[in-house]
Amino acid sequence: MTTGNGSEVMLRLDNVHAYYGRIQALKGITMEVGKQEIVTLLGSNGAGKTTTLKTVSGLLHPRSGKVTFEGRDISKVPAHKLVKAGIGHAPEGRRIFSRLSVLENLQMGAYTRNHSEMREDLDRVVTLFPRLQERLKQAGGTLSGGEQQMLAIGRALMSRPRLLLLDEPSLGLSPILVQQIFSIIKEINAQGTTILLVEQNALQALTVAHRGYVLQTGLVNLSDTAAGLAANEGVRKAYLGED
Amino acid sequence: MLRRLLRTAAIGVALLVVGFALMYAMVWFAAIDKTPDKILSLATAQFFNALAAGGIYILVAVGYTMVYGIIELINFAHGDVVMVGAFVAYFISFKFLGYTGAIADPLLLLGVLAILFLITMPLLGLLGVGIERFAYRPLRNAPRLAPLITAIGVSFILNNFVQAVVTASPVPTPQLISLQSRFLVFGASIPWLYVVIFIVSLGLMAALQLFVGRTRLGRAMRSTAQDREAAQLMGVDINTTIAVTFFIGSALAGAAGIVYGLYYGQIQFTIGFFVGLKAFTAAVLGGIGNTVGAALGGLMIGFIEVSAVVVGLPRWSEALVFAVLIIVLVMRPSGLLGVSTAERA
Repeated sequence: MTTGNGSEVMLRLDNVHAYYGRIQALKGITMEVGKQEIVTLLGSNGAGKTTTLKTVSGLLHPRSGKVTFEGRDISKVPAHKLVKAGIGHAPEGRRIFSRLSVLENLQMGAYTRNHSEMREDLDRVVTLFPRLQERLKQAGGTLSGGEQQMLAIGRALMSRPRLLLLDEPSLGLSPILVQQIFSIIKEINAQGTTILLVEQNALQALTVAHRGYVLQTGLVNLSDTAAGLAANEGVRKAYLGED
Repeated sequence: MLRRLLRTAAIGVALLVVGFALMYAMVWFAAIDKTPDKILSLATAQFFNALAAGGIYILVAVGYTMVYGIIELINFAHGDVVMVGAFVAYFISFKFLGYTGAIADPLLLLGVLAILFLITMPLLGLLGVGIERFAYRPLRNAPRLAPLITAIGVSFILNNFVQAVVTASPVPTPQLISLQSRFLVFGASIPWLYVVIFIVSLGLMAALQLFVGRTRLGRAMRSTAQDREAAQLMGVDINTTIAVTFFIGSALAGAAGIVYGLYYGQIQFTIGFFVGLKAFTAAVLGGIGNTVGAALGGLMIGFIEVSAVVVGLPRWSEALVFAVLIIVLVMRPSGLLGVSTAERA
């Protein structure tokens, strides 16, 4: 299978099996993300979307199969080393450091980078999220849900990733904020970052994504362009709320 | 920055004033001869006693709380690390430098103390790192009870090691700072040693706060304590971060060991247990995981212990300490400055 726009492959999962203890979460995922693409993972709860992201960012290592990033096998590389390699992960549930200030959260995002580079990245992030600029001194835990999501994405961007993993960025946000977050996702992508997006809100995800994979109980069930998936009857029934 | 520093200083001074007032009230309450001059001088003397005892507990409690904060382990071996620190200081000052008692020359004294701290603290830091590496890290993902039991095991190992290899009997330690060198305040004659202990303790606390609050590694430590997985996603090597935490906590325990020897003038392989227990209580009292809380708790325990003596109940001092702990926990289950679990998530 080629990537949608025929670009170079950045990330490749090859028959990846992953477990939490004895429970198998991924049963042979094979997929690709091309450079500059936005690829979305759809699927119901427990389908393995979050687990897939975790095997990419190194929080979980595949028991068998292979994850390749920019031609390098990263299946066994620990998470903290992959940040420097160019993978940023804004995890499910935001996971911001609530007792650290907003600025400190962003500084943590730039942990692998040197001080002078950080200034530039900080400017970029607060330009994307002006709300964060106003709240730099505040503790992360005092932000609203939407602001926390912005912080989570901004924090992940601070490492200047070439591949950004976003897990449910719209969860719990008001419709207006959801729109905002998705337009920012598009903008981040337009600035040159490849994005792998997990989203419950399939409709929104398919409007920004180039391609998508539908996961079901740890397997890829379907893969197509975003337009193709949006037109697919099964997808419409299962994830777009049509009957 | 400066404003925060001033505010912290103001709060500290206010606390000490309150402590002094309480001490004064208790001395007044217990005294038979209620002449104001006598009460003031007695209260002053007891106040400085409490500062010295509290200073030691602060150094130990902070290590407890840091380790708990980052891996949620009650490191029962921490008190025994203090004990080892006391023995290391004894070996350096007595066996290697050959001092048996007080050093009169202030410059020489300063030099010897500097050597003591500069050697003992890093050595003990390494001991802490070793303990973490071999005893706790392999159990990082095991159920909570496993590392807890292991910590008790490490405590016994350190105990038995000193007992068997060094000595089982009490050892007199060189009191490098003479108890005879004193100053007069409010009619009370106070050993400089007590002031030195308290200042060392405060100074190390301030350095720790700066390190944890202002440096990149300190931020990594706080992040790891809050959310280990998220910290990894920032590029933090949590193994290194946890090792650094053990290093600092154990180095502070080493400092506590030095001070213990100077203060009590006698050490034994068993001293770790009580120091550890009290410091652990201090950490819980202040809100476990919070370094400032641990310092506050340590100071409070110093004051409670001395108060017990003042009101004529020295045998009840442990009971009083725990009574206060229980009262505080009933009102604030996560300790004085603790963060409730809901906020932490």
